Amino acid sequence: MTLAVNIAQSGSNNATFRNRIINGAMVIAQYGTGSTSVQTSTLYTSCDRWISDASQNSKYTIQQSSDAPTGFNFSLLATSSSAYSVTASDGFRLQQRIEGFNTADLAFGSASAKTVTLSFWVKSTLTGTFGGSLCNSAFNRTYPFTYTISSASTWEQKTITIAGDTSGTWIGATNGIGIIVYFSLGAGSNFTGTNNAWNSGFYLGGSTSVVGTSGATFQISGVQLEAGTTASPFEYRQYGTELILCQRYYFQDSGGGGSIGFMYHASTGDPNVHYIYPYKATMRTTPTVTITVSNTTPGTQYVGVNSCEVFATSPGTAGESRVNSIIISAEL
Amino acid sequence: MYQQCKDSFGNVSTICIKRISDNAFIPFDPDNTDYQAYLRWLEAGNTPEPAEENQ
Repeated sequence: MTLAVNIAQSGSNNATFRNRIINGAMVIAQYGTGSTSVQTSTLYTSCDRWISDASQNSKYTIQQSSDAPTGFNFSLLATSSSAYSVTASDGFRLQQRIEGFNTADLAFGSASAKTVTLSFWVKSTLTGTFGGSLCNSAFNRTYPFTYTISSASTWEQKTITIAGDTSGTWIGATNGIGIIVYFSLGAGSNFTGTNNAWNSGFYLGGSTSVVGTSGATFQISGVQLEAGTTASPFEYRQYGTELILCQRYYFQDSGGGGSIGFMYHASTGDPNVHYIYPYKATMRTTPTVTITVSNTTPGTQYVGVNSCEVFATSPGTAGESRVNSIIISAEL
Repeated sequence: MYQQCKDSFGNVSTICIKRISDNAFIPFDPDNTDYQAYLRWLEAGNTPEPAEENQ
């Protein structure tokens, strides 16, 4: 009772999982920590749950950075690869697609839509008006927002409060896209809407183009989207909790450089060897499976949300076929 | 580019298609974004390659 009273009197929001963003502190980077040139065909290449998208190839790189605001250890760093002038239809963005199960209580698309607050730390070598947006799964309801970076190469915290959308179609409690949070790195005039209001269509706020200056950088960390009209302190989660939240969407396992399992063939050509791999977490949906196996070509006999069953299709010799690695992906 | 794959009985798989670029097995699940991309590829008039005979 004493503890409860003290928490209530503290006035702080101690509720867990108030942050709808997963990996907002950019701690998890299962895809890799190094710099990757962003292509139109790839979405997830760096910090988990964070998409770096582009309408043109090779205009910026993305990586996990150890440069972070006070209280954080990592950020997501975008670096412009050239001085590219965006065309009307161009868009370069960092985004997180939040699963509907984690946003349904916000009741977007209804008269009961809740106000949300987006807070984040940002740092850029550029100053000016930057922007982003909140968007639905159909990309036809967006709230473009702007914020100002006033000091170059300095971490600044920004807070954007957004009245929930009472119109449009938002998917509710499903495993699809509930809300998308965008941060623009440069967008063409086709994406100019009415800032700080809900628009029909897909728009992004801000006028500063990171990809327009060669070598310009843009970093974010401590990203939090929560219900309410004010930003509460960033919700730190234990590493294992954050990791398993990420692994609902993607994980890879290589057994630390060795194998993660094996299948034994009684004879050459014996195809009746199967290997069942239980996942780290229940996946968002039936995942894509990429598996490498020594000595044979693998196939999949069963793929579910909790495990998959692979088999050896044409082993060259009798004996072991080692399962060297597996990638499981059910990204949004 | 995609390719049909076979199950362990040698039949063409009814649960997944293989993406040739990375040998990923994509399940026939409408909520899977890779499958959604495959459907768009089919709608563009493309056809997956047949499964390998010795698979």
